[in-house]
Amino acid sequence: MTEVLINSGLQLVLLLLVAPLLSGMIKTLKARLQTRRGPGVLQPYRDIFKLLRKGMVIPETASWIFSAAPYMVFGTATLVGLMIPMTTTHAPLSLFGGVLAVVYLLALGRFFLALGGLDTGSSFGGLGSSREMTISAIAEPAMMLAIFTVALGANSTNLSEMAKIAVTQSWRFLAPSQMLAFAALFIVLIAETGRIPVDNPATHLELTMIHEAMVLEYSGPYLALIEWGASIKQLVLMTLLVNTFFPFGLSSYWSAQAVGVGLVFYLAKLLLLACLIVLVETTNAKLRLFRVPELLMVAFILGALALISTFLF
Amino acid sequence: MGGLASVFGILQGAPVRWSVPSGIPLFAYSFSYDALAGFFNLTLAILAIAVSIYSFGYLKEFEGRRNIGFFGFLFHLLLLSLTIVFTAANAFLFLIGWEVGSLAAYGLVTFYHEQRESRQAGLLYVIMAHADVGCLLLGFALLIQGSGSAEFASFHTAAAQLSSGRQSAAFLLFFLGFCIKAGVIPFHIWLPAAHPVAPSNISALLSGIVIKAGIYGMTRIFLDSLGGVPSWAGLLVLIVGVVSAVLGVLYALMEHDLKRLLAYHSIENIGIILMGLGAALIFRVAGHPLLAGVALIAAMFHTLNHAIFKCLLFLGAGSVLHSTGTRNMEEMGGLIRPMPVTAFCFLIGAVAISGLPPLNGFVSEWLTYQSLLAGFGATGGLTRILFPLAGSMLALTGALAAACFVKAFAITFLALPRGAESRNAHEAPRTMLIGMGWLTLACAALGLGVTWFLPVFDPITEQLLGQRVVAHLVTGHGLVLSAGMRTSGTVSTAVIAVGLLVLVLPATLLVAIGVRRFGRKRGPVWDCGLPGLSEENEYTATAFSKALRMIFSVLYKPRREIQAVFDISPYFPKEIRFESEIDPTFEKRLYAPLQEFIFRVSSRMRTIQAGSIHAYLAYIFVTLVLLLLFGVRK
Repeated sequence: MTEVLINSGLQLVLLLLVAPLLSGMIKTLKARLQTRRGPGVLQPYRDIFKLLRKGMVIPETASWIFSAAPYMVFGTATLVGLMIPMTTTHAPLSLFGGVLAVVYLLALGRFFLALGGLDTGSSFGGLGSSREMTISAIAEPAMMLAIFTVALGANSTNLSEMAKIAVTQSWRFLAPSQMLAFAALFIVLIAETGRIPVDNPATHLELTMIHEAMVLEYSGPYLALIEWGASIKQLVLMTLLVNTFFPFGLSSYWSAQAVGVGLVFYLAKLLLLACLIVLVETTNAKLRLFRVPELLMVAFILGALALISTFLF
Repeated sequence: MGGLASVFGILQGAPVRWSVPSGIPLFAYSFSYDALAGFFNLTLAILAIAVSIYSFGYLKEFEGRRNIGFFGFLFHLLLLSLTIVFTAANAFLFLIGWEVGSLAAYGLVTFYHEQRESRQAGLLYVIMAHADVGCLLLGFALLIQGSGSAEFASFHTAAAQLSSGRQSAAFLLFFLGFCIKAGVIPFHIWLPAAHPVAPSNISALLSGIVIKAGIYGMTRIFLDSLGGVPSWAGLLVLIVGVVSAVLGVLYALMEHDLKRLLAYHSIENIGIILMGLGAALIFRVAGHPLLAGVALIAAMFHTLNHAIFKCLLFLGAGSVLHSTGTRNMEEMGGLIRPMPVTAFCFLIGAVAISGLPPLNGFVSEWLTYQSLLAGFGATGGLTRILFPLAGSMLALTGALAAACFVKAFAITFLALPRGAESRNAHEAPRTMLIGMGWLTLACAALGLGVTWFLPVFDPITEQLLGQRVVAHLVTGHGLVLSAGMRTSGTVSTAVIAVGLLVLVLPATLLVAIGVRRFGRKRGPVWDCGLPGLSEENEYTATAFSKALRMIFSVLYKPRREIQAVFDISPYFPKEIRFESEIDPTFEKRLYAPLQEFIFRVSSRMRTIQAGSIHAYLAYIFVTLVLLLLFGVRK
C-alpha cells in the first residue's frame, strides 16, 4: 500500500514537473533548428506561474460550464498520467483503467473544453470547438487500430501488462506490425497535440487556429490549468508512444534504483521523440483543414496494415 | 410493482410458467417469466416510472384541449403490450402483443393528428410495422411447421432438425423483422420520422423501449428458440451493427431538429448493441461460451443503458420543447440560465451517451470493445481481422457521438438565446424534473456501481449460454471490472470518479487562492474590436457540423445554393440567401423505387378489385371451394 502511494506521489510530481519542461524543450529545439534563439527551456513554467498570479476575466455570456472545463481538462490529463507506466512497468492506477480508459478520459476532457469554447458565444470558440471535435473524431479510429495492434500482441489492454510483455521483447519494434503501428500513432500524436501540419501551436488570432481558438476567452488561473493540462496530455501521449514501442530502461520490479535508471532512460527517450516532432514541425507547412482528413486516413491505413501484418507474421 | 416483480423474476432460478389453453388450435395464453423476460421488464419498469411521473407535468397544458383519457389509454396499452411481448411463450400471443403495441404506438405518434407531418409519419410507421409483422409471421410459420406447436419451448428441438436452408431462411426472416422494429439501417426511415412528431414522453418510450423489442426478439429467437444459427449469422449481425452505428451517428450530426437528432442516435446505439450481439452469436458457434457471455452482457447492458439515457435525453428535449415551443436548435441557446436542472440532466445524458467515463455508457462500450478484441484470438481466418476493424469503427462512432452531443448541448443550452422563445423560456414543472432526475441518478448509479449491478446478468447468460460469467468480470475487491480473461484489461469507474475528484480538488484550491488575491471580473467577449457582438454572430448547429459535412460529402451529397444581392460591387452584398440540404440517400435510392413498384402493382390489381359485391362474393366462393378441396385431399 505504501509502495503504491509513494509510486503515485512520485509519478504525479513527475507528470506535473516534466510536462512543461517537455513543452519548453520542444520550443527551444524548434527555435534552434530554425536558427532562432528561442525563449528558453523554462519558459512554460514561467508562463504558468505568471498566469496563476493574474486576475481573471470571465465573459458575461458564460455559464458554469465555462468554469468547469479547465478543471476537467486538468483532472482528466493528470488522472490518465497515473495510468501510464513512466519509469517502471508499474503504473500506479493501471489496474483501474487501461488504454481504453485513457482514450476515453482524454475525450471527456476534450468534450468539456469544446463546450467551454462554445459557451462564450464567440465565433472563435465555436470554430475551434467544431474543428477540434472533427479532427479528434477522425483521428480516433486510427489511434484505436494502432493501439489494438499492440494490445493484441500483449493480449491485454492494461498498460502495465502491455509494458511487461514489451520488456520481455525489447527489439520487437523492428517487426513490421510495430513499425506501422508506431507510424500511425505518431501521426495521431501530431493531430492530438495540435502540432504542425495539423494545427499550429504558435498562432493566436488567426483563422487557421484550432486549439488556441477554443481557449481564446480563458485567462488567468483557468488558462494556466488548461495550458498545464494540455502539456500533461502531450506528455502522456508521448509516454504511451515511447514506452510501448521502446521499453528500454523499464524494469518490471519497483525499487529506488530501478526508478532512477528508468527515469534517465525515460527522459532520453522523450528527448529523442521530441527531436522527431521538431523535425516534422520544421520541415512541414501547415495543411489546409480539409487536407487533414487525408493525413489521418493515411494513419488509419497504416493502422490497418499493422493489424494485418500481425496476422501474417 | 413491475420493477419489484422483475427483480424477483431475474433472481429466481427457474422461470415461472403460466398457461391457459384457448379453443383455437396452436394458440394458448401461455407466459414464461424467465431471466431474459425479467431483464427487459426491469428496463421497461425503470422507464415507465420516469415517463409516468414526467407526464403529469407534460400533459397539463393539453387539459381540456385534447383527449387525455384516450392518450392515457393508449399509453398504458403500449406498456401492457410490451409486457406481453417480453413474457409471451406462444408465437401467436407474442405476435398479438407485438401488433397491439404497434397500433398503440401509431395512435400515440399521430396524437397531433391535425398536423400533416404527424399523419405522414404515422402512416410510414404503420406500413413498416406491418412489413415487420409479415416477416415475423413467415419466420414463425417455418418454425411451427417443423415443431407442430406454437409454443416457444417446442421450437428449440424442432429448429435443430430443420434443413440448413430452412434454418437460414428462418434466421433471415426474423432478422429482417426485428431489424425493422429496431430501426436498423437501411430499415430505419420510420424512426427519424415518427420520433420527432410524437409527444416527447412518447418519443422517450419509443426510443427507450419500443425499439428494444427488436433486440429482445433477436436475443430470444437467435439465442434461445432457434437453437443453433448458421455460422455466418453472427457476422451478418456484426456488420449490420457496424454500418448502422456509423451511418446513424453521421446522419445525427447533420440534424438541427433536436428530437430527430436524438432519433438518429437511437439508430447508432442499436448498431452498438448489435455489435455485441453479433459477437455473442459468433463466439457461441465457435464454442467459446465465456466470451459469448461477455459479449451478450455487453449487448444487454448497452440495451439497458441506452434505454435510460435516451429516455432521459428525450425527456430533456421535451422540457425544452415545452418551454420554447420549438424543436429547431438554431432558435435555441442560453437555456442553461432559465432551465438549470433540465440542462444538468441533459448534460449527464449527453456524457453518458457519448460513452465517456465514468457513466454507464462507457461501461457497456468498454465491454463491447473487450469482446471485440477477444474475437481476434478466438476465431480464425479473415474473420479475426474484422473484429479489431469493428472496434475501430466503434471508436469512430463514439468520437462522432461526442462531437454531436457537444453540438446538441452547446447550441441548445449555452451562449446567448437565438430566438424570442428561448429568451422567455422557463424551467419545467417539478414532476417533469423528478422524472428526469430519476433517470439521471440511474445513469450515475449504473456507471459507478456497475460491479454491484452485474450479477443481474448471471441468470441470463446461464439460461441462454449455460454459463455464469459475472464472477470472471469482477475483481479487485468488487471494485474493478475485468474483461473475463486474466490479462485482458481492467477498469474501475468508481476509482476514476474518485481520482478525478481528488485531482481536481487541489486545482480548485489553486484557482481559489489566485482569484482571492488577484480578483476575477466579468467582461465582454472579445469582438475583434468591432463592438456589438450579438447572438447573430454565434456559431450555429449547421456551422458546427460544416467541417464534417465537407469531409463526408461523399455520403451526404450536400446541395447548397447561395444568392447574393448587391448594388455596386459583389464584395459588399446587401442581402445573402443561403440554402443547404443533404441528400436523403436511402429514401431516394431505395424506398422511392420500391414505392413506385408497389404503386404499379397496385394499379394492376385494381382490375380485380372493382368494388362490385357480386365479384367479391364469387371470390369468396372460389376460395372456399379451393380450401375445401385441399383440406379433403390431405
